[in-house]
Amino acid sequence: MKDFLFIYRMNYAGIQERTPEQMQATMQRWMDWMGHMAAKDQLIDRGNRLHPSGKVVGTDGIITDGPYTEIKESIGGYSLVRAASCEEAAELAKGCPVLTMGGNVEVREINAM
Amino acid sequence: MEQPELIPHLFRTEFRNIVSVLCRRFGFGQIETAEDIAGDTFLAAAQTWTLKGIPSNPVAWLYHVAKNKARNHLQREHHFRSTIVPGIGMAEPAAEAEEIDLSPQNIRDSQLQMMFAICHPAIAAEAQVGLSLRILCGFGIEEIAAAFLTNKETINKRLYRAKEKLRQEKIAVAMPPPAEMEIRLDAVLRTVYLLFSEGYYSSSHDQTLRKDLCLEAMRLCSLLLENSGTNTPPANALLSLMCFHASRFDARVNEQGEPVLYDQQDTRLWDTELIAKGSYFLNCSATGGRLSKYHLEAAIAYWHTRKEDTSEKWESILQLYNRLLQLEYSPVAALNRTYALARANGKQAAIAEAEKLDLPDNHFYFTLLGELYTGIDNEKAKRHFEQAAGLARTQTDRQLIRQKIDKL
Repeated sequence: MKDFLFIYRMNYAGIQERTPEQMQATMQRWMDWMGHMAAKDQLIDRGNRLHPSGKVVGTDGIITDGPYTEIKESIGGYSLVRAASCEEAAELAKGCPVLTMGGNVEVREINAM
Repeated sequence: MEQPELIPHLFRTEFRNIVSVLCRRFGFGQIETAEDIAGDTFLAAAQTWTLKGIPSNPVAWLYHVAKNKARNHLQREHHFRSTIVPGIGMAEPAAEAEEIDLSPQNIRDSQLQMMFAICHPAIAAEAQVGLSLRILCGFGIEEIAAAFLTNKETINKRLYRAKEKLRQEKIAVAMPPPAEMEIRLDAVLRTVYLLFSEGYYSSSHDQTLRKDLCLEAMRLCSLLLENSGTNTPPANALLSLMCFHASRFDARVNEQGEPVLYDQQDTRLWDTELIAKGSYFLNCSATGGRLSKYHLEAAIAYWHTRKEDTSEKWESILQLYNRLLQLEYSPVAALNRTYALARANGKQAAIAEAEKLDLPDNHFYFTLLGELYTGIDNEKAKRHFEQAAGLARTQTDRQLIRQKIDKL
């Protein structure tokens, strides 16, 4: 088994105002998906969501506001999963709710130091 | 109580008290001595009480005799160390024999400390349960063997090895230092839970014995709650969980001793007092920042004490299993989660996920698949049930699966 990082990207600007019920339904979909991976003993760490804004530190030491969430596909969160191969991990990622919200999942094998 | 029942009854409640106190006093190196003294005390009781009748305060009589025997032992030990040992150039004499303290407070403290010693991470989990039954619960070797569905020799060997390990590792009968408390308490809780499960899920047909195991686990957990250092939210959650499960004890078995599944249980047989206690301890557990697996399992068990099927019930159970699995994977939790998913989101959704679970040797897995396909594709359901029956290890399990096939 190998370890993989799932990076969830989505377009923050595209997210509409939602009612509490809609937010709860989204939350349940995410939790069901995490539960699905955990039930297959493939979830190492469900990870976290990220705040939309932060800072970017450049090579010249200049700090700017960023990342630029107005552009499409900024990182919304991450999880750590376990799979036999990158193909299997990618297959697993097909169930991610971010895909129904116009986002995508980047699947990267972890190259342990 | 007449004498024939009185002695076994007192043995169950007092043997452990005497052993814990003596063992704390002597150290684990002499646990057999502590057990011998406690055993001799009961032998003396059986002989004396038959001749002279039962004393007015049997427990005080037992404590008095145990103290005398312990004092004699310590004096012999002291004599050995102070007169013989120096002659052959060995260690210093031990302190003068002091009074053995069998006060309720010291009994409680000793039991608590014994719990931490027995549940030391150096001891294998199975041995911890065996030792707990023997030393903390005063079970006979035969009873322990019956609970584990094995023979006396196996249990004796297992206990002997565990005691050897306790000696080798020089594990002290003492409370762990504050810095280690949380980890060590987790180990104690795990053993208490194992003890409970051993009773609750054992394939032994001895109902009384099984119930005793569960009640003992609950008693040990209550002991933890009586002490401020161990009265933690996870400990409260564990007691809550055990109360909820135990509330169905009488409903799970019919008059013929056959298991009755949850859906078919007569709710009038559920113990409402235990359900209320479970709710009380669940409330007590709702403090602090740590959500333990006992919290989640207690909350799941709480929903099961409500018989009516609402969408809120199954959605809640599903979400609790989602979180439980994230804390700790287990095949049982994975299967239960999939069942909850079927109840919350429908069988089709659950089938899609169940097919992806990889549990080829687990008869519960095929039973679940059979359940999910029932009414959707009965041919497939039958095939899964048959595969389950082929994998099932007990006659009872096979019977239950056969009933499902017949109903298709």
